[in-house]
Amino acid sequence: MYSLESKDLHLYYGDFHALKGITMGMKKNEVTAFIGPSGCGKSTYLRCFNRMNDLIDNVRIDGEVLVDGVDIYQKSILVDDLRTHVGMVFQKPNPFPKSIFENVAYGLRVNGTKDKNLIAERVETSLKQAALWDEVKDKLKKSAFELSGGQQQRLCIARALAIEPSVLLMDEPASALDPISTAKIEELIYQLKENYTIIIVTHNMQQAGRVSDNTAFFYMGELVEYGKTKNIFTSPKDTRTQNYVTGRFG
Amino acid sequence: MKRYFHNFGERLIEGILALSGAVTSLTVLLIVVFLFKEGLGLFSQHPVSEGGVIVVNNQNPVKELSAKQIKEIYDQNITNWKEVGGKNQPIKIFRLEDITDYYPEEQLGANFEYLPQRLSELVSKQPEIIAYFPEQYLSKNFQGHPIELENITLGSFLGGKEWYPTIQPAVQMGVLPLILGTLWVSFGAILIALPLGLAAAIYTAEIADNKVRNTLKPVIELLAGIPSVVYGFFGLVVLVPLIQKVFGLPVGETALAGSIILGIMALPTIISVTDDAMRTTPRAMKEASLALGATKWQTIYKVVIPYSISGISTAAILGIGRAIGETMAVLMVTGNASVIPHTFLEPVRTIPATIAAELGEAPQGGIHFQALFALGCILFLMTLIINVSVDMVSAKKKANR
Repeated sequence: MYSLESKDLHLYYGDFHALKGITMGMKKNEVTAFIGPSGCGKSTYLRCFNRMNDLIDNVRIDGEVLVDGVDIYQKSILVDDLRTHVGMVFQKPNPFPKSIFENVAYGLRVNGTKDKNLIAERVETSLKQAALWDEVKDKLKKSAFELSGGQQQRLCIARALAIEPSVLLMDEPASALDPISTAKIEELIYQLKENYTIIIVTHNMQQAGRVSDNTAFFYMGELVEYGKTKNIFTSPKDTRTQNYVTGRFG
Repeated sequence: MKRYFHNFGERLIEGILALSGAVTSLTVLLIVVFLFKEGLGLFSQHPVSEGGVIVVNNQNPVKELSAKQIKEIYDQNITNWKEVGGKNQPIKIFRLEDITDYYPEEQLGANFEYLPQRLSELVSKQPEIIAYFPEQYLSKNFQGHPIELENITLGSFLGGKEWYPTIQPAVQMGVLPLILGTLWVSFGAILIALPLGLAAAIYTAEIADNKVRNTLKPVIELLAGIPSVVYGFFGLVVLVPLIQKVFGLPVGETALAGSIILGIMALPTIISVTDDAMRTTPRAMKEASLALGATKWQTIYKVVIPYSISGISTAAILGIGRAIGETMAVLMVTGNASVIPHTFLEPVRTIPATIAAELGEAPQGGIHFQALFALGCILFLMTLIINVSVDMVSAKKKANR
């Protein structure tokens, strides 16, 4: 069974047909990279899995999106609950205007965790998982804005991990960061794979090659090619994929 | 050549812009200097009513009294000279109209030509007397000495509890009731406007869809464009009778009426500023909250409000500023009694309303006139403090980013 799956998924922004019949599945403990030129629909597709597209007016969805085999667009699904199972990391670091500790504790608090010891414990483990603990353990009370961009992004990852999701959606998580911070995030993704299903949207071919097991190439709202990362980069079946990964367009 | 003209044009425009900046600053400066020059003149004035004189018998050791003591004497709260530092003898009050009790009309002359002489006689005969009459009846060889009045001090001006700027024989210039009235009404207004404005702003910024928002925003901004006299009229005709009926009061013109009207008037400012502040909350930050399983309302009160808190405080302070300076509507609905208010259901008199109502009848350059200017200075300082705090809050906001 796939951890994440979509069947003939169509998405429309008003009259614009943004996703055209996407059918694919992603397994647990694997990293899947979504690549493709800007506007190809890869971020839109990613946001279907935690229903972030609900926030936009005039969005219409046809087809099925399954998380652990459950259709998440059926009426009985509580969106808030879904989002605690499907965590998300955004393109730009977006910490809350709160302390480092409170940023990580936020997800626990909004989901009703009151036990202080449990919260403190979860904050520590999450920060350790995100490889940030050693850098911030002495200044947990400081504002999250005092951290560097790379640290902020790892804080956002820790924040997403604190509520123990089973899936992690990453929307270009390293595009706003310097090479050293990027390397740290990639290392992190590699380690997190053991416990999570990870999707990473990226514009960086090398990054996709380094971190992912599978790669999906999107073009104009269509899934052009999906397979082992190795195969996509070395022997793509579709000429559009070949042109893109070799840098001829995009 | 063309280039030369181009440069000249640029210079000319720069010059005009600099000039208008300078003229504006100079005008503001001039107004402030004028305000304070007139206002501070008050403290070199004797508080005796214009053209009047207060005299006592020559044997009376009392030489100087404060305006408050004179009022107490004339109100018969002080009845013995001992209480104001004189001999142990009862005080006999004399007003000019009492003269016929002492002298028949023929002794005063047909045109009161003997009046100064009779007054002098009367004061010299009565050791307990205190007399107040117009200065023109003070004869050259008057038997008795005039009472010196203490100058108005800043302390008695700010701390005085009575505001009777035209009372005779000594005017009472205590502005405490007016300051407190202003603060009460403004405080009440913000108490009403802040929760309502905050709720409306949350609705327009976060909950309403674009269609509702695009109708609601112009309506709210229209509220700011209604002339204040119209608000006052509305308050007088609708609100005042309503308050009178609901609370069973003898009069409906109360601090509460002023607070409600001012609250409504401050609403557009509060809603607009808060709405703008909330809408600067980055979309990414709200999405991050929702992505962690927070509900919409949790996101609003845990992320949006903390993020825009300095904008909200700015809105509140601007709202208070609007309320403190507002004149016409308050003048019409608050009843204008210059007493220190104890509840919201009493009439109050605010500083702006006092200035507007009394400036017309105060002779230019007189003590009353200057007292009104001093009130203007107080109001100016109050709004200055408010503006400075807005700047400080916004500066803090910038530092936080």
